[in-house]
Amino acid sequence: MILGLRIAIRFLKSNKGQTLLIVLGIAIGVSVQIFIGSLIQGLQKGLVEKTIGNSSQITITSGKDENKIKDYEQLVEKVNSIDVNISAVSVSSDNAAFLEYNGNSQSLLVRGFKIDQADDIYDIYDRITEGSYPQNENEILLGIDLKENYDLNINDKVVITTTKQKMTECKVVGFFDFKVSSINSNWGITTLETAQKIFEAEGSITSIEIQVTDAAVFTTDDIATVIKDSINRQDLKIVHWKEQNESLLSGLQGQSISSYMIQVFVMISVILGIASVLAITVIQKSKQIGILKAMGIRNSSTRYIFLFEGFILGLFGAILGILFGLGLSLAFTKFALNPDGTPVINLYINYSFILLSGIIAIIASVLAALIPAVRSSRLNPIDIIRNN
Amino acid sequence: MNKILELNNVNKIYGTEIKNQVLYDINLSFEEGSFNSIIGQSGSGKSTLLNIIGTLDKATSGDVLIEGKDIKCMSANQLADYRNRTIGFVFQFHYLLPEFTVLENVLMPYRIQNGKVTRDMIRKAEETLKLVGLDKVKDNLATKISGGQQQRTAIARALINNPKMILADEPTGNLDSDSTETIYDLLRNINEEYKTTFIIITHDKRIAEKADRIVEIKDGRINLDLRK
Repeated sequence: MILGLRIAIRFLKSNKGQTLLIVLGIAIGVSVQIFIGSLIQGLQKGLVEKTIGNSSQITITSGKDENKIKDYEQLVEKVNSIDVNISAVSVSSDNAAFLEYNGNSQSLLVRGFKIDQADDIYDIYDRITEGSYPQNENEILLGIDLKENYDLNINDKVVITTTKQKMTECKVVGFFDFKVSSINSNWGITTLETAQKIFEAEGSITSIEIQVTDAAVFTTDDIATVIKDSINRQDLKIVHWKEQNESLLSGLQGQSISSYMIQVFVMISVILGIASVLAITVIQKSKQIGILKAMGIRNSSTRYIFLFEGFILGLFGAILGILFGLGLSLAFTKFALNPDGTPVINLYINYSFILLSGIIAIIASVLAALIPAVRSSRLNPIDIIRNN
Repeated sequence: MNKILELNNVNKIYGTEIKNQVLYDINLSFEEGSFNSIIGQSGSGKSTLLNIIGTLDKATSGDVLIEGKDIKCMSANQLADYRNRTIGFVFQFHYLLPEFTVLENVLMPYRIQNGKVTRDMIRKAEETLKLVGLDKVKDNLATKISGGQQQRTAIARALINNPKMILADEPTGNLDSDSTETIYDLLRNINEEYKTTFIIITHDKRIAEKADRIVEIKDGRINLDLRK
């Protein structure tokens, strides 16, 4: 084996141009794979982040008509301790109502939060564009669209009318911008206590909203099942984002499959490239192989020569390819920018994926070297000696 | 003396459809430590005979016994090891590995056998190169020396594993007469000093006459077998 390695290194060194060419070929294949992989993963992450990053990923609601969950304190405590991947738990009391101001009237979803908890999911503090968040009774935070539509200002009083025609005057303390117009024009955020009071639902909430860590985003269905099993309450309904976003999921899946396809074909072309060049090398070096065999080298050792050639080419190709791939990715995020200076697409640099691409390239190179290796072992020294 | 090599009724036919018989019922044996020459016109079958003796080629029929062992019963690996330990080849064309230096070429048979090269072995290779007058060019690439030097490198390489037998196919075929003389003297010295068996193909009558035995091959048959 050591001899095979020595001879392989010497063969590769003696033909530097050719060696460099193959290494470059492998490197370009690996870099394309890494770039496309990072791009697709980045796209998916961005898409998932934008779609469900600021919403409830698992929601517990009451399965009964009245839509109320009582004794929620224990429930929240329990949910919090179920799974390490649960990153945020927030309770809310959501109720439909009417917003009246200056003779205008429109429907409004009044959401009563424990603001600190809700911030973990909705980033409420960061989304406030003006004013502050509701702290005291009968304070409300409205969407930026409402401000524009009705010419509202901070400290203005609006009237919230429940479906039971109960009217409550609230003070506008600020405006938020969720970058989603349906939310900006339909939500009113207030404290849990205010909501409970307005809607006469003291001691109860309408839903528990849960977010999971990034790593667990695609296993929310499993986590939802765990939650369901451990709280074991027939009267509660648990839904997760995957059942609510099937079209998004199938889109992501399609994207993944096409990305795998591209990567597989890139890899196949790399393998074919290495195999054909190494096959030529066997012919180029057939005289040397013949001499070595006349001197008594075993067939297994000649096989090692070519397997090592494949390994070395794969190794350097992979290293170079990773550098190229990272460089390309970096250039893409540096130069393909939106007008505001943020990259068009945030690449997701996943080190284990990059490492895996490198390892696959090395394995592929060794596999590609198998055919020439077997050919070399079948070479008969007498053919070389006789034909000079 | 012991027979190191024995050929019994060896035939060699090339081709399957158009048959071309090159050797006809060759019966021949060589003694250990002897210095033999094989002569004959080109195309007479002498190189084929040497390749069969060296286990590079296979006889179509007949037995080749080396130290009493039939080579037909040996596996590919056994044959390779046998070639490595027992036989040193010197071909008409030097057949050095162009990617390696003179010293590395000389050490190659040892490396094939042991994988690693010891300090002592390097010293021995250097001494052998001195013996053939190449100590000054030992670190040159095999392609960066003259034809005569390449042929002497091949001889040094054949010697490195202390083989029992050296097979040489016109080792001086493309050398001038002075170099030829030097190389034969060298081979003869080795034969006397290490008791190495030599089987040398040559068409140089003067050289052949220096051998202990002359075997002439004509049209695939032994035409003459002279011993001194």
